[in-house]
Amino acid sequence: MDNIATQLQGVPLQHYLIFCSTIFAIGVIGVLTRRNIIIIMMSIELMLNAVNLLLAAFSAHHADPAGQVFVFFIMALAAAEVAVGLAIVIMVYRNTKSIDIDSLTKLRL
Amino acid sequence: MGAIITLSLLAILLLYLGLFKAKKALLPVTLIGLVLAVGFEWYGWDKIAEPQYSGMVLFDRYAIAFSILCIFIAGLVLSLSKAYFKAISENVAEYYTLILFSLVGALLVCSYHNFAILFIGIEVMSVALYILVGIRKKDRASNEAALKYFLMGAFSTGFLLFGITLMYGATGSFDLSELQQYVRNTPDHQISPLFFGGILLMIVGLCFKVGAAPFHFWTPDVYDGSPILVTAYMSTVVKVASFAGFLRLFSMVLIPLDGFWEPLLLTIAIITLFVGNISALVQSSFKRMLAYSSIAHAGYMLFAILSIGNLSPSAILTYGFAYSLASVVAFAALILVKRQIGTDQFESFNGLAKKNPFLAVAITIAMLSLAGIPLTAGLLANL
Repeated sequence: MDNIATQLQGVPLQHYLIFCSTIFAIGVIGVLTRRNIIIIMMSIELMLNAVNLLLAAFSAHHADPAGQVFVFFIMALAAAEVAVGLAIVIMVYRNTKSIDIDSLTKLRL
Repeated sequence: MGAIITLSLLAILLLYLGLFKAKKALLPVTLIGLVLAVGFEWYGWDKIAEPQYSGMVLFDRYAIAFSILCIFIAGLVLSLSKAYFKAISENVAEYYTLILFSLVGALLVCSYHNFAILFIGIEVMSVALYILVGIRKKDRASNEAALKYFLMGAFSTGFLLFGITLMYGATGSFDLSELQQYVRNTPDHQISPLFFGGILLMIVGLCFKVGAAPFHFWTPDVYDGSPILVTAYMSTVVKVASFAGFLRLFSMVLIPLDGFWEPLLLTIAIITLFVGNISALVQSSFKRMLAYSSIAHAGYMLFAILSIGNLSPSAILTYGFAYSLASVVAFAALILVKRQIGTDQFESFNGLAKKNPFLAVAITIAMLSLAGIPLTAGLLANL
């Protein structure tokens, strides 16, 4: 374990920050521009995983396990959220026969 | 903690009651459980509040007051629901259970002392609501509302988490007391830029949750598409709990940095007020109008956070109480009107005073209170 922590510390924190911010930004852009619901959900997962990676990096640099424990919380709750989310997508698909977000226009004025 | 455990067990008990077809017992058992939970909260009022469970939660008077308010409104919504849920679905027990699970999340958000609990609370609160919003499986509007709420909820959680992570990177802790120490003991110019980035992202995440402009665009659609009582629950309990969480972070940790976040929140509050009030004027559906009104009220509550001080929690509490009560009455009236006439456009209210004078008086009082009393409460908060 020490070994891994020191290896993680070998990479400067700035690199992790830039890398994770980039992945997070890609996720945000994906959510905002894509029209396929599944791809939007993948983009959201990308955002969450960028956060997970950054938490692990900070945790190694602070030599503090709390950050890694937080990663487990995020993983567990993200899994629960996606389970509900996919159920909603299936429900929508049964009614509209499409997973394109533009097919949902009932509520626009 | 007693209240949270009581409510969780109560929710599971209700599922079993639903399984054994004891439909008549659902509402009484729920209300007894809620009273019990309030009792547990009340019991802790005079105790000295200290962070419990390794600093995860803090049941101070602030948390207890907001928790009791949340439980009270949830009880109100549930007691309205007796005939309503039966009319739209056979599986009534699920409604009660999901609303209670969501209430547990709200209590966690009210009493968090560690970002882990804030995150878990918000998720528990939201995931139950995603299901509740989409519970009418065949209804396209309900489907669409559920999907939008889910996508926006997950998206905003991402921002919130990135904010928490950046704050952790700057301070090395998720604990509110330690963050407080960090902000107090570090000179302003030495505070890491990561921390400011964290504040920004957390504000974005929380504004999504409370539906403040410019992050409000999902609110009207979701409120419009979901079943009326779920809308009532969302626009009251969830909003009050999110604001309690919002305020706790700012009043405990971020007060010394108000030079940084005050202009930002002020801009958001002003945009929110404009968008909420002006768009509410042009709506033709009563439900959508209430959705915009709830956006405007988020703006007023943001003002209470801005004028942060000793009075701020009590201002938000009073305001939240007045607003929630008026909203629940308005939604209840909407249910009755819709059942009689079959639409929620404004025209369906024509001639209501003749057909049903009592209902008309109730809805007038609720509307006046949404327009007037909250305004005075908002003014109180600004003083």
